[in-house]
Amino acid sequence: MCTVCGCTEGTPSTECAKTHDAESHARYYTHVQDDCDRHYAHPHGDQGLQRSYHARDSHSHHHRSVHHQAHGGQALLSGGAGPAALKVTGMSRERVIQIERDILGKNNGIAADNRALFVADDLLVFNLVSSPGAGKTTLLVRAVSELKRSRPVGVIEGDQQTSSDAERIRAAGVSAIQVNTGKGCHLDAAVIGEAYRRLPRLTGGILFIENVGNLVCPAAFDLGEACKIVVLSITEGEDKPLKYPDMFAASSLMVINKIDLAPLLEFDLGKTIEYARRVSPKIDVLVVSARTGEGFGELYAWIDRQARHQRHVVEDKRR
Amino acid sequence: MHEMAICLGIIQIVEEELRHRSFSRVRSVCLEMGALSHAAPEAIRFCFAVVATRTVAEGAVLNIVELPGVAWCMSCSKSIEIARRGERCPCCGSYQLQVTAGEQMRVKELEID
Repeated sequence: MCTVCGCTEGTPSTECAKTHDAESHARYYTHVQDDCDRHYAHPHGDQGLQRSYHARDSHSHHHRSVHHQAHGGQALLSGGAGPAALKVTGMSRERVIQIERDILGKNNGIAADNRALFVADDLLVFNLVSSPGAGKTTLLVRAVSELKRSRPVGVIEGDQQTSSDAERIRAAGVSAIQVNTGKGCHLDAAVIGEAYRRLPRLTGGILFIENVGNLVCPAAFDLGEACKIVVLSITEGEDKPLKYPDMFAASSLMVINKIDLAPLLEFDLGKTIEYARRVSPKIDVLVVSARTGEGFGELYAWIDRQARHQRHVVEDKRR
Repeated sequence: MHEMAICLGIIQIVEEELRHRSFSRVRSVCLEMGALSHAAPEAIRFCFAVVATRTVAEGAVLNIVELPGVAWCMSCSKSIEIARRGERCPCCGSYQLQVTAGEQMRVKELEID
């Protein structure tokens, strides 16, 4: 039912939804009423899809001003009705209205808000994407265990069901929020914004978002992260970048995981990197083993470079 | 299947227009989709019909204007058309391509009653 509250089983929910404060529930119901007042055909049916739409719409207040700007300057192209929608005798009542709006504009607007919040909180955010089983969680458990010694670290875990990944992260001594997408195949910016508000303050630290294991859908959705990191395990074969080019094109870094299994497999590392650079000529590449820790020094050095880069960008903006 | 989420985005845009204008139904929706966007037009057509049910856009015709992908070849300094990512430059064979257009997914116009 609601992406924020997760009141209904089988629909997107954020962990701890049942225990969240009365204020956020009150806000949610306020939105529902607000929307009911304004919608002509608000879909309150029982179908899951429509519930999903309803949930997303409950967040529309965040960007109303943006939408209003986008509505400016729309022109009536053909007749049948004047500017005041008056019917003109003998003319068709059909009108063609120019919209010219990005379909993902709403998500992207919320992502921009998330990004501004992350930067204001001096937080570096990475969105980890991969196919299922590439080793994102194992990689994260090792990384957060070591990174937490030098700075605050938090994790938002995305999965269709279960909170087992968040429990693995918490066992490593780091705050984690599990987001269950229900039937959903990706995380979106609104869900990340809510999950972030449930985490303790991570000022000056790093937030990892572990996206749903899926090399297709998460590529389309900006969450407000500094960059996407695509994790590819060598058991998946060399041609994944060519098969799923959008994800590799959207990512700044490709981490090739499970390199400790190389002696057991016929895996061509050079070909994998070449394929990735066909779809994304500038993508960075690191080779690691989340099991043995090989290559993690280079990963931390890469993260430090990203942190310095973000700091420079922020300082440049302040000037 | 993120095409469902994309179609929900289309319906949200239609519903937001409804708040600002007086109309009783949408006859057609015109989209612009680049060849390098994150969705396949056929999947969008299928999902749109499902998502539009019981909304003001129920039964609306979906027109999709497909736009080509365009990239700048960093090797031969030419602008070229590509159908998908990972293709080589038809002029010099290089894969050093920077996409410059064809990623858009936009609601262009609505025909309304």
